[in-house]
Amino acid sequence: MRYITPRKSAVGLGASHEGTQHHWYMTMSAVALAILTPLFMITIACAIGLPRELLLAYFGRPLPALITGLFVIVGMLHFIKGTRIMIDDYFQGATRKGAVIFSVIFGWAVIATAVYALARMGLGAIVVL
Amino acid sequence: MADVNRGNRPLSPHLQVYRLPLAAVTSIMTRITGHALVAGIVLIVWWLAAAVASPGAFACADWVMRSWIGFIILTGSMWALWYHMLAGIRHLCYDAGYGFEIDQAQKSSQLLIGGSVALAVLTLIIFFVF
Repeated sequence: MRYITPRKSAVGLGASHEGTQHHWYMTMSAVALAILTPLFMITIACAIGLPRELLLAYFGRPLPALITGLFVIVGMLHFIKGTRIMIDDYFQGATRKGAVIFSVIFGWAVIATAVYALARMGLGAIVVL
Repeated sequence: MADVNRGNRPLSPHLQVYRLPLAAVTSIMTRITGHALVAGIVLIVWWLAAAVASPGAFACADWVMRSWIGFIILTGSMWALWYHMLAGIRHLCYDAGYGFEIDQAQKSSQLLIGGSVALAVLTLIIFFVF
């Protein structure tokens, strides 16, 4: 016997049962990114044009590394969910499935690459030849 | 229903002759800028990864970053990022229940275009002065 009423189990979920969480995630990440965007622009603007040794040292410092890491991670997760909506709007069937899979893989690949690069720089394991 | 005046009723927009209102243009631009931002983030992450990979890889990525292609991608992404951020803030206002009237949407659209261009120009000036 179900103790939960049908209404109770449906309220707030939407047709896909995850639309509310999706919307709330986009809201949260949007607020985070609104704070991170100016910081990220300053961080990158200061780094452009540096020679390799100085660039490695620059992103080895905590603040540039944290701002860059957070921006790429939160930004790409925001991208994955945002792209999902675009794909759902314009594609159907197998194309839709393929596009969703591609966007998730692509997003995580960008995150992994950035985190790997920042970790190498931050841990000081680079021998500059 | 036979005596309904069929000549004077509003028609649904015919997409090929319909001039999109400014609010519709700025709305679709939010999606376009959001997806176009991939170019900028991929360039920057490639540049970071190349810096830890090898001097040769970094020389290549750094050359692209500082070339006119890199300038176009980075400047375009910078404007797109400001635009997408301001549009996102407008969406937060929509979520809170503000700005739905036609004249308000028109005003926020103008603010979105003007604000993003102003912020982009300001960013470029600050970048080249310092």
